[in-house]
Order: sequence, then C-alpha cells, then structure tokens
Amino acid sequence: MSLVDLAAVSFAYGRGRSVLDGVDLRIEAGRNLGIVGESGSGKTTILRLMLGLARPTAGRIAFRGEPLDPGNRPFMRGFRRAVQAVFQDPYSSLDPRQKVADIIAEPLRSLKVETDVDAAVAGALASVDLPPDTAGRYPHEFSGGQRQRIAIARAIVSRPDLVLADEVVSALDLTTRIRIVDLLKTLSEKTTLVLVSHDIGFVALLCHDLVILEKGRIVEQGPARDILSAPRHPYTRRLLASTPRLADFA
Amino acid sequence: MTDAAPALAPPASRRLTPAFLVGAALVGLHVAVGLLTLVWTPYDPAAMTGGRLAPPSLLHWAGTDRLGRDLFTEIMIGARIALAVGSGAVAIAAAIGVTVGLLAAFASRAVDDVLAATLDILIAFPTLLLAMLIVAAGDGANLGTAILAIGIAASAIVARLTRILARRVLAMDYITAARVSGTSWLGIVRIHVLPNIWPTLIVNFALQFGLAVIAEASLSYLGLGAPPPNASWGRLLQEAQATVYTAPFGAIAPGIALVSLVIGLNLFADGLRDVADPTRRRR
Amino acid sequence: MGDLLTIDDLSIRHAGRPLVSGVSLSVTAGERLGLIGESGSGKSLTALAAIGLLPEGMTASGSVRLAGREVIGAADRDVVGLRGTAVATIFQEPLTALDPLMRIGDQIAEVARRRARRDGRSLSRAGVAAEVTALMARVALPDPARLSRAYPHEMSGGQRQRAAIAMALACRPRLLIADEPTTALDVTTQAEVLKLLETLVREENMGLLFISHDLPVVGAAVDRVVVLRAGEMVEEGTVAEVFGRPRHPYTIGLVEAARAFDRAIGAAL
Repeated sequence: MSLVDLAAVSFAYGRGRSVLDGVDLRIEAGRNLGIVGESGSGKTTILRLMLGLARPTAGRIAFRGEPLDPGNRPFMRGFRRAVQAVFQDPYSSLDPRQKVADIIAEPLRSLKVETDVDAAVAGALASVDLPPDTAGRYPHEFSGGQRQRIAIARAIVSRPDLVLADEVVSALDLTTRIRIVDLLKTLSEKTTLVLVSHDIGFVALLCHDLVILEKGRIVEQGPARDILSAPRHPYTRRLLASTPRLADFA
Repeated sequence: MTDAAPALAPPASRRLTPAFLVGAALVGLHVAVGLLTLVWTPYDPAAMTGGRLAPPSLLHWAGTDRLGRDLFTEIMIGARIALAVGSGAVAIAAAIGVTVGLLAAFASRAVDDVLAATLDILIAFPTLLLAMLIVAAGDGANLGTAILAIGIAASAIVARLTRILARRVLAMDYITAARVSGTSWLGIVRIHVLPNIWPTLIVNFALQFGLAVIAEASLSYLGLGAPPPNASWGRLLQEAQATVYTAPFGAIAPGIALVSLVIGLNLFADGLRDVADPTRRRR
Repeated sequence: MGDLLTIDDLSIRHAGRPLVSGVSLSVTAGERLGLIGESGSGKSLTALAAIGLLPEGMTASGSVRLAGREVIGAADRDVVGLRGTAVATIFQEPLTALDPLMRIGDQIAEVARRRARRDGRSLSRAGVAAEVTALMARVALPDPARLSRAYPHEMSGGQRQRAAIAMALACRPRLLIADEPTTALDVTTQAEVLKLLETLVREENMGLLFISHDLPVVGAAVDRVVVLRAGEMVEEGTVAEVFGRPRHPYTIGLVEAARAFDRAIGAAL
C-alpha cells in the first residue's frame, strides 16, 4: 500500500528558478526510502512539500490516495498524526523554554489526541532510551545526541505511520551517529522512515529504496541494493566515489 | 489537557547584581511612597500650610511653594502620578506594540514591509511632538491623554522590537516542528513565540517606563500634562523656574525625585536583563 | 629543519576543571597529522592553544613550540607575528572567517600585502592582483577574474572554503591547521577540497594538522593520527595502524562505527 505519492511535482519560488522539476515518487508502507542529494538538489523542498508546509507549483501529492490539501482541516488532523518529522539541528529544533515533557507532548495536545499524555510521553522517552527524569528537564541540559533523541521522541509520540528525517545525524559525532542509526532501525519496525540526507552511507544503513536527486530532478531511483552495487547515472557514481570509506585506508 | 500552561522559565542561577538591587530599591521606594499618598500625606496638598517659598525645615522637609503649600507632599503625590503614567503608558505600548509586532512578524512580505516602514516613520517622529499632537487633538490636557499619548509613541518602539524578536524565533526549527505537530498559529504564538521573546521585552518595558516618566514630566513642564491639583514633577519644576534663584530647593527637590526614579528604573532594567534570560543556550 | 609545531605535555584547565591533559604531538615540514576526537575531546582547544588563541579564562601548561618559539606564556604581540606567517588556520564554517562586506579578491589581497610587508617586500598594485589571481587558480576557484569581485554570500560553500584556503596560502605558512574544514560541505565538494589540501601540502612542503571526528575523512587527508578522548590521548600511529588494528577500546568503537557505514555502501539491506 502506498502512503505518499508524488506525481509530476514541481516547485519554484515566485517566478524564479525551479527548485524541483517533475518529481515522481512513491512511499510504500514498510519500505524505508532514502532521498539522497547535495545542497541545491531540492531534497529539503521535497520534504517540506511532503509535510504540507508548502504547496507544489505543479503536480499532485497524495497521502493514502487522498490529495494533500493544507486547507482541509479534518484531513490535516489525521495527516499530522500520521506523518511526523525530525530535523537536522538538534539545537534549533527544541524550544529552549519548554520542558522536555511539553516538547514531546506537543503533537498530542495540538492534535487533541485522546490519550494519557504523561504515559505517552514516558513511553516515547523509553523508546528512545532516555531516562524518565528527562521529562522534567530543559533542552539546554542535554548533548546534541540526547537532544536528537528528544526530537525523535516527539516525532513518534503520536504513533505515526511515517517519519520524515532531514539530515538527522549530520550534526552529530560518529559514535553518536551510529547509536541514532540503531535507534532509527528499531523504530522502523513500527513506522516507515523517509531519510533525507547528503550522506549515502547513512541512508544506505536504513533504507530499502533510494532516490538520487540532482538539481531538482530525480536522476536514479530503485532498490538500494541495485543502486549501490550498479549505479547507472554518472552523478550517482560520482557521489559513491566521493564518499570516504575507512576501507580505503586500512 | 490541551490547555497546557505556557512554558515556565527554566530554573536558573539567578544572580542579583548590586546595580539591580539598588535599582529595585529606588523603584520600590517610589512605589511605596506613591501608594502611601492614596491614604496619607503629611499635609493637605492644596492647603497653605506655611510661609511662601520657605526653605526646607523640620516641618516642611522640602520647603514650601510660592502659595505656601508643602512641597514634600506634592513630590510624594508626583511619584504617584509618574508611576501611574509610566505603568499606563507601558501597558498601552505593550498591548499595541506586541500585537502589531507579532502581526508584522507573521504577515506576508508586502504587509510586513508597509508595517515596518510605518513603524520607522513613527519612531523617527519625536515622542514629545507626537504626544503634543495627540493632546491637542483630544479634549485638552489631562492625565488620560498624557498616558495615551506617551503609550502610543512608545508602542512603535515596542512593535519594532517585537517584530525583530518574533522573526528570529519563527525562523527556528522548533516552529516548523510545531507546525508539523499540528499547532495552530495562535498556539505557536502562545507556546513558543511569547515565552521566548518575553525576557527581552520585559527589559525593554522597564526602560520604556523610565522614558515615559521623563516624557510625562516634559509634557507637564510644557503645560500639556495632568492639570492641577495633580502635582506632577514636571509642573513643580516649571513653577519653580521663576523663583529658582531665590528658592532653589523648589527645583532641586522634584529634580532629585525624577532623576532617582529614572535611574532606578534603568538599573532595574539592566539587572533584569541578567535575571530574565538565564537559559544559556548552548550553541 | 626543526619541527614546525611541537606540543609537549599540554594541559588546559578552565575554572579548575581539566579540559586537556598531557597531550604531546609534533608536526614537521611535509608531514600530515590528524587529530581525531568527538565533541568535548579537546581537539579544537588543542589547536587554539597551538596558535595562542585559547578563550578567556582558560589556562594552558606544558609547552607549545611554534616555529621554534614558545607560545605558552608568551606575550600576545609575540604570537601575533607567528599567526599568519608560521601558521595559518582554516575552520569548519568559512563564512565566519570571511568578511561579509568585502569582495573576496580584496580579502585575499589584504593578506598577501600584509605578508609582503612582514617580509620587507614591496608589492605593486599589479603585483598584488597577479598574486591574488595565482592564489585563486591554486585553489581551483573557477574564473578568478570574475569571482574575485564576488562577495562571500554570492559564493557556494565549497567556493567559500577554497577562498578561505587561498587566504591561508597567501600567508605562505609553513604549517596549516585545518579544523573540520569539510564538515559543512557536500560529499562531492568535500572530496575535492580534501584532494586540494593534500596536493597543496605536498607541493608546498607544508605541515598539516587536520582536526576532525570523521575517520574516513581524516584518513583521506593525513598519514599519522592522534586520537583524543575527553582531553587525553588514547592512541597514536599511522593511519593504517590505527584504523587497521586499533588497540584502545574507544578507537575500536570509532573504527567499528565507521566500518558500519562502509558496509552499508558495500551491501545494502
């Protein structure tokens, strides 16, 4: 079953240069998708469009077959519950004046989810391996990796079907990165992930399918295994060749 | 449980600087005196209780004015007037300024440009001139028009500050996260924007309070403030001007009162800056 | 030919708390050393101590000799002369190193002129322009004539880092310190900048102190590495030794993490 469908989606600012050009992609439930691209590829724009934070200039986006219409309130309430996001910068993505409990509970309260909020927050904290007393503290008391866990807890508290993650490990250290990868792997047993990143190694650790994006166009897409073992497009080959590997030095 | 209280300020190591304590003490003294005048004054402010232009004495701590009224009593009442005008003007400036500033921050580019330009023009306009125009347009000078005039003049500055602060907050990822969480724009203002811009705004309100006290004294000095029997410091200064050589204390005493309150407010504002924003955002 | 940089038993404290303890390393001409560590390891502080720019309130003990001159305890005016002649530094975010209100060509020219003054050379206007063009070509910035008139915000991240490297080169330093210079860049740009650094250091016979948390990136830039953890050295050796046969549990963890990403590219789910 497809969760999200993008059909011939384009996006441009005003009458300016187009950021996305005729993008077709489908997110299937249970198959993690990696969207790989560098700066200027339009990967963050795709994410904003899929979150309903911006509307495409052309083309259609559908969630579970229904058009994604930010003006359709009843639809959006269900959509927001089902589709959540984690952002790149763990410092800017948590409100410094809110307690962790309130940060994590925000989707439940804003979407008026009828549930025991405290229990749901405690459950989300446990899922991201943070101690229960985290709830009563403020973001500035935590490291970058811990903050990213808090952001992930907020994204999963409404038990979404789909979590979109924008460069979630690029601001983190290597060992923290690998722990977040492990966490995301565990979470992806219950929810589908879309990872947007410039780091093909990170995306490859978690995704079944890949989309390679260059300058607003999809240059290659398909199962990750096929693309990594036999990249067809020159840009994909260059991306793979540019990724530093430990094996080259040891 | 959707109506969660807005976030509390994080617990902090609140260091009270000596400057803040001095400021708070000065402001506290004026507030106490101002409140006291509601129930008690040394003399009836309108009564002639001694000789004209008498120098300070045990009976009349600040001497008497040219009608023989007790100056200390008038200065005490002046504190009440100054504080009333200051708080009234800051309340108006806060209500109008924060609302307009938030609207500008959320508005489309075109609306924001128009609002920002309007605010810049208003700010370039001398506060006193603006206040005089408002007083002139109203039904003559009284306490209400003075408060309204000073408040409206100050609201432009508050609006511009609010707009800048709110824009900075709106650019943060936690606002995008809030939108993705389904939080409405009003909710975003209440839960995220206001708690984050409040500390800086509070400091600015304290400074605006001091400016409002000076503006009120200036208006009264020009005869555009509260009319007698409201004993404004500005009016006392103006009345003392003619006799400043023969009875200098008539000008010195209200001057000391005015300066001590304004300095107190400024020190208080400076100290508040350190106390109000304890979240050392690590970055 | 002595060492360009010799750090001996360096310790850095802040408010009584040790941030770096007992770090020793040296870089000679033509040598490329990597300083590996994660946040809080003290790797950037070590670099700042090396150029005498520790933040206020931090105290360093031990010895840091830069071009044969002791930095710790030296008066700032004595160290200023070394910065920009003996050593140049490039940082993670080139935007913070560049003046946003100055054309890029003028920024490089200013450094070149200052260096010429220090050497007692006089440079004509044409001489400066020629040097700027040469430096921009050296760091492979395209179309130097046009780009030298650009402001930093008009350039891409990769171009800005190249410009920052050109400014560093204009100092004609013997030692280049690079603190996470490619972390903010795209993968393909990162590969190009790493290649550029490698070529420059080899051809100019400079020393390189390369600081990063990213093992494969460090591997691409240097020959030898020192691994820092919580302010202490846990391991040192050649890239092949440390990455191939790590001994300390912390290094083993880092290598394992890096290998996991390697494997992912090799064989996906």
